[in-house]
Amino acid sequence: MTEMQSPPRLAAPDAAPDAAPETAAAVRQALGPRVIAEQETGEGVPVLWIAPGDWVEAHRVLRGMERPFTLLADLWGIDETARHHRAGQPASGVTVASHLISPERNADVRLKLACDAAAPVAPSVTPVYPGANWYEREAFDMYGVRFEGHPTLRRIYMPNDWDGHPLRKSHHARATETPPFRMTPESFAETEAANTIDPAELGLPTERDGVELMTLNLGPHHPSTHGVFRIVLGLDGEEIVWAWPDLGYHHRGAEKMAERQTWHGFIPYTDRIDYLGGVISEMPYLLAVEKLCGIEVPERAQCIRVMLSEFFRITSHLLFYGTLAQDTGAMSPIFYMFVDREKAYKVIEAITGARMHPAFFRIGGVAMDLPTGWDGLVRDFLDWMPKRLDQYEGMVMRSELFQARTRGVAVYDAGTCLKWSATGPHLRAAGMPWDMRKLRPYSGYEKYEFDVPVEEAGDIYARTRVRVEEMRQSLRIIRQCLERMPEGPIKADHPLAFPPPRERTLHDIETLIHHFVGTGWGTRVPAGEATGQVESARGFTQYSIVSDGEGGSYRTRIRTPSFANLQPIAEVAPGMTVADFIMYLASIDHVMSDVDK
Amino acid sequence: MSVLVTLWLSLVMIMALLVAAGVFTWVERRGLGFFQERLGPNRVGPFGFFQWIADTVKLMFKADEVPPGGDRLTFRIAPALAATPVLAGFAVVAVAPGWTLAALDVGVIFILAMLALTVYAMVLGAWASRNRYAMLGGLRAAAQMLSYEAFFGLSLMGVVMLAGSLELGAIVAAQEGLWFVALQPLGAALFAIAGIAAAHRLPFDLQESEQDLVAGFMTEYSGMSFALFFLGEYLAVLLVAALATTLFLGGWLGPWLPAPVWFGLKTGLLALAFIWIRAVLPRPRYDQLVAFAWKAALPLALVNLLATGAVVVLKGGA
Repeated sequence: MTEMQSPPRLAAPDAAPDAAPETAAAVRQALGPRVIAEQETGEGVPVLWIAPGDWVEAHRVLRGMERPFTLLADLWGIDETARHHRAGQPASGVTVASHLISPERNADVRLKLACDAAAPVAPSVTPVYPGANWYEREAFDMYGVRFEGHPTLRRIYMPNDWDGHPLRKSHHARATETPPFRMTPESFAETEAANTIDPAELGLPTERDGVELMTLNLGPHHPSTHGVFRIVLGLDGEEIVWAWPDLGYHHRGAEKMAERQTWHGFIPYTDRIDYLGGVISEMPYLLAVEKLCGIEVPERAQCIRVMLSEFFRITSHLLFYGTLAQDTGAMSPIFYMFVDREKAYKVIEAITGARMHPAFFRIGGVAMDLPTGWDGLVRDFLDWMPKRLDQYEGMVMRSELFQARTRGVAVYDAGTCLKWSATGPHLRAAGMPWDMRKLRPYSGYEKYEFDVPVEEAGDIYARTRVRVEEMRQSLRIIRQCLERMPEGPIKADHPLAFPPPRERTLHDIETLIHHFVGTGWGTRVPAGEATGQVESARGFTQYSIVSDGEGGSYRTRIRTPSFANLQPIAEVAPGMTVADFIMYLASIDHVMSDVDK
Repeated sequence: MSVLVTLWLSLVMIMALLVAAGVFTWVERRGLGFFQERLGPNRVGPFGFFQWIADTVKLMFKADEVPPGGDRLTFRIAPALAATPVLAGFAVVAVAPGWTLAALDVGVIFILAMLALTVYAMVLGAWASRNRYAMLGGLRAAAQMLSYEAFFGLSLMGVVMLAGSLELGAIVAAQEGLWFVALQPLGAALFAIAGIAAAHRLPFDLQESEQDLVAGFMTEYSGMSFALFFLGEYLAVLLVAALATTLFLGGWLGPWLPAPVWFGLKTGLLALAFIWIRAVLPRPRYDQLVAFAWKAALPLALVNLLATGAVVVLKGGA
């Protein structure tokens, strides 16, 4: 039997699905005349256009209302200049959208602000939601929206000397659209100078009590930043006085790519957003696309999706577990955990044909049916894994040295998480049972019995404990998938489900044409806006999609949990030693591609 | 004549130790592989045994640069300081009755001094590298050495009191009836902890701590300079194991087998314990470690010393 520090508790039992209609009414009433238009969408969430002068005030009202919207889940831009289908929306060149969530209501609201196309300007909501800081920097970087009142409005992904704003429709999408790149010693020096971080310029201290601080570049190439992540530290001895995270070293422009790919063709990219999450991030994208198409995914496909997602949750958490232990200096656990990951990948490989990035989900279902003998493989894994987790309890969690390094270190409460928009295990380790699978079940999660592990301490140990218990819960879910795998089709019988069934393409010309056209130009997803939300291994993941009725997406906004989960660093890090900071970074469990997209 | 013999024997011993350190790297990598459900080196020679030779050859041919802005002379001297004092320390080790290069009457102190000298290698290497991670590693090395050296010496003074000598051969001879580990369990435990710290091995490898400091004091080192630091570390492991064998485990004493074999066996098993500990334990934080040294280990060592002293005086010995 496993010993647990405290038994995992269920999420609030009345975690009823959407209280949307009631909330929509309350929001409308609270905002009153500040709303200039209400957009009709199939989102199930009120989408309200706010008058420019009331933008910050509207946020303040929602932040302060009864059962408030405490979480700014996302804030992004939409370049409207090339869009055809936007009937019923106010005129706008660049739209700024913010997505607010009230955990108490378990309901969302989305606010939109119309800006000028040539020189977009918007008031900053950072005074109300500090977590908007990085999101506004991103919107500035990508769209050139000037957020007035933002404390440090700088580019966040692109180099400081970048010309243009990449997600504008006028900006090129491929390097071949520009003249050949030449690096001269002068241009190299200029680029280097433009991207040097000067603490004084950022308003960061250069000395403390008369002692000069040492600036330490932690990363982008450092063994423990878990990816190409750079944090500039101001050190007094080994104590951190300030920390300035610098992002963008892993930026690939996934959102721009989404505008160049067919709907179907973007699926493999989603795997690589959170590259440890595998199919988990295919899910929100497809949930959104399927919502736009009006596709109901058959039960068997839903069950396969859930099962694979949970496999990936386990492999992702195992990597977290091992690397965290390794960052304390315990070198062995990670090797054991890689053996387990290998076992899981064997199952994933047998089912999907690939290991880390299967691109297995399809619009309307999954790519293939389960192979013969899949149940035996899954059962073997279910027999194997629990006793290994028990061993790790002794190897890692009960180790006194490990506890000395993790208990009471990097503590922050749920309020800090919400303030900086951090979600997932961070919230759950700080006492908030916030898990999309329970609160807003998708893909049939409501049919499975599982608990949402919660811890109170909010330290590194609690975050580890939460993830360890989540692995056990994932095993529970996988066992239920194994026992109750429904029979039936693995893809919806819907004209927009893509690709069409292979066996029929060779029998009727209609399906063959659909396959041909869909492969060449892409399936035409009806115009509109839709959102898919899931609980990934790292937290709240949301894809907000705008379709203009074309073969590809008009705008794909990807809200990744890792990005916001890094935001508390600047507040949490000061006072820590470098060694503790490394542990804190490991406990964030970020994936840099999930941060930079 | 005897000088020539001593020189010859020294040369043989140095060669033997260099080979032993090389073989020990192979043992460690195979051992860690065994502990960690993986294979470890298994391509070069039987069970990968010649891997250490291949690695040595590779390291010899690797570029060995002084970083820009670094202090060239100090940067070059530091690695030598890591290995030579440890080699010198072996001179007083008694492998069997009379089998020692130098039967110094302050042998124990000499070894402690030689082990302590290696901290200069780290601090100087770190300083000469002109690298901030190296600098932090060097600072940690200095602080850790100060904290550990204090109770390292005290932990074994109990043994010295019981034996009434600082000479290693005499200490072994004094354990004819009962090994000192039985009489000095606390001293042995403290010695083990300090010994790991003195050899800069996990969990006390904070000056190197690759998770936060990349490679600590030797971040900028490559090629044979890098190898010398490692050589120093592995030799220190063997030296600490040999010292522990001498002080607490009865040195060469044992039935049936010849004396040097017993000594080698005990030292080898202790060295394996170093590997085992490395595979098992996480690393404490630097301030936790220093606090432990000053607030727990040092008082315990003093108590142990006082108690031993009282017993020795009451029994009228020494």
